[in-house]
Parts: sequence; structure tokens; C-alpha cells
Amino acid sequence: MAYKNFILVCGGTGCESSRSDEIYRNLLAEAEAQGVKSDVQIVKTGCFGFCEKGPIVKVLPSESFYVEVKPEDAKEIIAEQVVKGREVKRLLYRKEQKTQDSAKVEDIEFYQKQFRIVLRNCGVINPENIEEYIARDGYRALERVLFEMTPEQVIAEIKASGLRGRGGAGFPTGIKWETARKAVSDVKYIVCNADEGDPGAYMDRSTIEGDPHSVLEAMIIAGKAIGANMGYVYIRAEYPLAIERLKTAIAQAKEMGLMGKNILNSGFDFDVEIRLGAGAFVCGEETALLKSIEGNRGMPVPKPPFPAEKGLWGKPTVINNVETLANVPVILTKGAAWFASMGTEKSKGTKVFALTGKINNSGLIEVPMGTTLREIIFDIGGGIKGGKKFKGVQTGGPSGGIIVEKDLDTPISYESLVALGSMMGSGGMIVMDEDDCVVDVSKFYMAFCVDESCGKCSPCRIGTKQMYNLLDKISKGNGEMKDLENLEKIGKAMTKASLCMLGGSAANPTLSTIRHFRDEYIEHIVDHKCRAGKCKDLVVYSIDAEKCIGCGLCARKCPVPCITGEKKKPHVIDASRCIKCGECFKACKFGAVVKS
Amino acid sequence: MAKMTLEELRALRDSKRQDLARRDVEGKEIQIIVGMGTCGIAAGAKLTFDAIVEAVQRHGLEDKVVIRQTGCMGLCYVEPTVEVVMPGMPTVIYGKMTQDIADKFVRKHLVEHSLLDNHIFDRPAADIIKK
Ligand SMILES: Cc1cc2nc3c(=O)[nH]c(=O)nc-3n(C[C@H](O)[C@H](O)[C@H](O)COP(=O)(O)O)c2cc1C
Ligand code: SF4
Ligand code: SF4
Repeated sequence: MAYKNFILVCGGTGCESSRSDEIYRNLLAEAEAQGVKSDVQIVKTGCFGFCEKGPIVKVLPSESFYVEVKPEDAKEIIAEQVVKGREVKRLLYRKEQKTQDSAKVEDIEFYQKQFRIVLRNCGVINPENIEEYIARDGYRALERVLFEMTPEQVIAEIKASGLRGRGGAGFPTGIKWETARKAVSDVKYIVCNADEGDPGAYMDRSTIEGDPHSVLEAMIIAGKAIGANMGYVYIRAEYPLAIERLKTAIAQAKEMGLMGKNILNSGFDFDVEIRLGAGAFVCGEETALLKSIEGNRGMPVPKPPFPAEKGLWGKPTVINNVETLANVPVILTKGAAWFASMGTEKSKGTKVFALTGKINNSGLIEVPMGTTLREIIFDIGGGIKGGKKFKGVQTGGPSGGIIVEKDLDTPISYESLVALGSMMGSGGMIVMDEDDCVVDVSKFYMAFCVDESCGKCSPCRIGTKQMYNLLDKISKGNGEMKDLENLEKIGKAMTKASLCMLGGSAANPTLSTIRHFRDEYIEHIVDHKCRAGKCKDLVVYSIDAEKCIGCGLCARKCPVPCITGEKKKPHVIDASRCIKCGECFKACKFGAVVKS
Repeated sequence: MAKMTLEELRALRDSKRQDLARRDVEGKEIQIIVGMGTCGIAAGAKLTFDAIVEAVQRHGLEDKVVIRQTGCMGLCYVEPTVEVVMPGMPTVIYGKMTQDIADKFVRKHLVEHSLLDNHIFDRPAADIIKK
């Protein structure tokens, strides 16, 4: 028995609600009716990440991609595709303004919202086998750099590509390299920043785990471009698998003569060593990171001088983020123009995001700059979990802000996110729904900054603690209206006066939530109410005696326990002992437990 | 392997590229590729890997199958993920491949040549390297 065709029906949550189940059953019935049951297998699949055009049906091996399929279309799909071996043209996906008839799934132009440059090899090659990297154009860019280009040409190419730093600040990479090239010194360094400390982010870890050579190749290229012979990867010790794969990759590259002395007989030497970070967020800041590599305590120092002029041990140093580097080999094999054709006017190429929170399809995604947040959250991400209402999305972690519904159609770029009161950051993207409380979220990020502040400068050391205290007070129902003003005042002072961007951006989550959700702050202060039910001190659980049938389920679930009552009689919560875990609320099947 | 020259690197790339295009590895025509990033491993990818090795042996297919590892495909919400490349079947990616379905997977896909319901996911983006 062998099937000739496979019909895949999208069973993702988005498509499920638009009748994919009916399509599936109709296809089965039609295959039977038209006598081709043994020629075709019909299966349900997970989400295709293109919910906007769902339900989606894909046929293999022809790779036909059908969109907005209706249950009535089943008959035609079976009759044409399975019986006659022809595509159903009217259902094929066509990108607007394109005239081609067929939409092969492989075709980038067509349906996929994601585009993978940085993650090109992740999930494709074996990261512990250098030959697989080489087979997919690996070290091809290095060949060009060593034998076909001058360092100036390499820098010109990176500049022309428009590549900007993916570690947060978005500084043009080509200009950074040029500055370091022009700095006069016998010794220079390349540093890869793989510290990745913001909560919710794991893009750099996954890149190194899935494709360590892409980063190493770029470091060697950067070395040749600026005239450095030594590189360090600064990676947090909490990433054991990434470290192990990096070590394996370094050993393989050295063994094959792609790293070390006289690379490929070109006369150029370059070595890479790993430095482990102990996990302080501030050590991701470039000047603190360099101090840490030098063996000192990781504390920022004022800029200028910038590391490109005076960095590691006082020598010119290019420090780049993992994702920034992983772009470099592709730019040099495919050309700056190819790279610059993607994205917005000032933000070129793609960006990797770690999409997490209250989202159906959480995961690691890479999209062209200029993609909208709505496309990311609702198409790729498949929308909000459990059909709840979208509240906001936090980009930039503890340094960023919340972006709300009305701004979801903004095309993503460094500038547009700053204009919305957030920032690109390194690429964490946390989706929140109606059950998340903005005061609680701001308090969480501020607590993180209090912990992570290195304490060197007072605006950050004292400011974060003061802001935390105010947020804590509001979340406990003791807030006053003037606290809001004070939060804004302190926040602005920190933003202006802190030595590094840890303090300089720590107020962002609070300031942006006050801006978009002032009414919720006021509700906490004036009405002592937390509508999401997250601020425990403002929530009271009680049992509605009218609705309670006395089943006792809540009493069994209560961990304290503080619910009493006779069987079949209304139960009561002892509010003085209740720890507000909400278990009773979740457990009661009769809606008798009330949260207020 | 010893240190290479430019010419050797180019020759290696060409020969490996042809290997990849041929799609069989070490003379074995069925490739099973398990996603083994931190997210996959946390979701049980190592257990899945072992369970697939066992199931392949149980069905007497060890001469035909190679099982490999790769990094994160980005489908964190359905880890562990497994890709299968074999003649006569479309190449597909399965998600939510916990160890308990390894046997069913080998029997249905490798032996009976049919797809598993409710486990197929799409590669999230086209390949920019493939020509
Ligand atoms: C508190 C703080 C933490 C940072 N953490 C990181 C980090 O984890 N990874 C990173 O690449 N850049 C981080 N940065 C940004 C770096 O200082 C620096 O801008 C970046 O590594 C430069 O590389 P790029 O130009 O390739 O982005 C951080 C900055 C600050 C202020
Ligand atoms: S802003 Fe904060 S982290 Fe940065 S130097 Fe000042 S105290 Fe340290
Ligand atoms: S909220 Fe938790 S502690 Fe309070 S009554 Fe309900 S189950 Fe018990």
C-alpha cells in the first residue's frame, strides 16, 4: 500500500474555529465516494502560521497550497487533485498583485511571513558537524574575505548592507568596524556578546546551539576586517549546551585550519576563546562585559572612549552581538544589496524574536524588519491563548515598554519601537492578555532592575529602589495619586542621569504602562481594585451562598485550608487566613466563588 | 582531518553539497532528524531520540535509517520536533513527538508509509541557502 497523495488540513486553533474539522470530514467522505480512498491519506496538522488566510489545506507531494478553503471545496479538491492530478487553481494562494498561478510552498515570495537569515541553519544542520555547515555555504564568506577582498571592501560591504547591532542599541555595524580599523594599535580584539540576560529572551542561545560556526566565521571575518588576531565569546555559564557546542565548533575549525595560525594558507591568524559570565544582567553592557573579561568586577565605565577606540585592555575592540555576527557571512556571500532589499528605510534585514507569554504558537521566529506586530502575534503566533483578549506586548524586556492594540499595525524598526515608548532590545517579545496586570508587570521588571543594578551610580541604585517601593505600595492598595507623578519624575531623572542604559532604561516599562493604562493605576489607587486579579492584596475571594451547592470541591482544593462548611450547605471562606491563591475560584463548577 | 588549503575547502564543500542533495547518508536512505536545542531537550528530545533508536531496531530497520540531531527549528510550542526524509514519502516535520509515540511513528511512517495525524507542522520559512 502506498498513498499517491497526502492532503494536510490545518488543525491549528485559528483554522479549527473556521471549520477545518468539517473540511477534514468532507475530504474523507469525498475520497470514499469517488473511490480513491487508497490513493490519498488525509491528515490533520498543527498550525501553518498563516491564520489570516485560513483554513489552509496543503497537498503533498505537489506542494499545492490552498487558502480560505470551505467545506464545499472538498469535492473539487479530491476530484481534481487526486483523481485527475491537477491543482485547483482558484484556491491556490496568490500574493496580492502577483499573477502566477501556482503557489509552491517553497517559494519565499509567497506565503511565509518568516524569513530566516540568522537562523538559516538552525534546525537544518547538525551543529556538531562542521562539514554540514561547510556544505551550506559555510566559510564561503571567509574565503572571499581572505582571498578576494581587501579589509576596506569588507567594511564597505557591511556598511552598504545597512546592518545594525542586534544587541539592543542598533548601532551601524560597518561604522563600528571602520572606527576600529582606523584606530592605530598593534593589538586589537573582537568580542562576541552572548550574555543575553533579559528575562524571556533566548535568541542568542538558540543561534549558538543550532549554528555555532556562523558566529565563529563572522568573528574571523571581523578580525581580518579590523586587523585583530584574537577573539572572545562572552557567554553566560547558564548556557551549558551552547558552550559545549561552541567548544566543539572551535576545536573542529582549528583542526581543519579555518581558525588558528595561517588560516587556509592565507597568512592570517585568528584565535577564539570562550569566557564564561556569571549571569549578571549588567555584564551584557559592553563596557562592563569588557571589564569582566579583564578579570575585574563587571561595572560599566563612561563612554567615550568607545570600545572601538579603547576597549579590552585599552586596545581597540569590536564588540558585537551574536545575532549581528550571524548575519555577516550571509551578507558577504549574497551581497549587501540583497540584504538591504529587505526591511525598512533605516532598519535592514531581519530580526529574531523569542515570542512568549499568552500566545498560542510560542517560539523562536525571524521576520523581515517592517513586519507588523499584528502579523507576528496573530499570524505567526496564532493569536492569544484560550481566545482571551489581547492587552499588550512587551518588547525589549526590562528596558522596553508595552505596545498596545492601537499600535499593532506599526511596521517594526528600531525607530518605530522607540517612538512607541518601547525599544527593539535584543528581541524578547512577551504577549500579555486581560489576565495580566500592568502594575504587577511593572513591579516585576523593576524588581529585576533593583536586583541587577550594579550600584555604581545613584540615579539607578536609588531610583530603581524608590520606583519599586512606589509600585509595591500601589499594588497593595496604599497608593496615592501623587505617587504616579513621583514615578514619572524619578523615571525621567533616571533616564537622563544614569551612567549606563540599565538605569537609563529601567523606567521604561513603568512609564509606558502609566502612559497607556493610567486608568488601571488610578483604579488601584482610588478604588483599591485590580481588575486582572493579580495584585493579591486587592483581591478578596468569597462564596456566594445562593450559588453554592455545598459540593466541597473548593474546600478540598484549598491549600491552607480555610474553607469550611457542611456537605450540601453553603461554604464559607475565612478571609483572614486566605492566601489568595485562586484555587477555589478555578475549582468551583457553579461560579459560586467570587473574586472581587 | 588535517588543516586545509583553499582548494581543499572548496572540494570538500562541493562533495558535501552533493551528499546533501543525494539525500542519503552513509548509504542509508531514511533520515530522521531530531531537534536538540535546549528547548527540545527540556521537552524530552533525548528520550524521544532513544525511543526512536529502539523502535527502529524493533522494526528491523537499522540498516536503512540514520538518526541525526539538529538545533532549534523555532517551534518551541510543539517540541520535541522530528523531521523525516525518505524516498516515496513527502518530507515532513512532526511536533509534540514525545517518547511514547516513537513506536507508532516508526510503524506508521517508516513501515506503512502513512502520515501521523495531528503531529505535522510546517517548516517556518523557506531555505535561503538551497539554490
Ligand atoms: C544593561 C545592558 C545589558 C545588555 N545586555 C546585552 C546582551 O545581553 N547582549 C548583547 O548583545 N548586548 C547587550 N547590551 C548591549 C551592549 O552594550 C552592546 O550595545 C552590544 O553588545 C553591541 O553589539 P551590537 O552592536 O552587535 O548590538 C546590553 C546593554 C545594557 C545597557
Ligand atoms: S546605571 Fe545602574 S547598572 Fe549602570 S552603572 Fe549606574 S548603577 Fe550600574
Ligand atoms: S483563594 Fe486559595 S487560600 Fe483562599 S480560600 Fe481559595 S483556595 Fe483557599
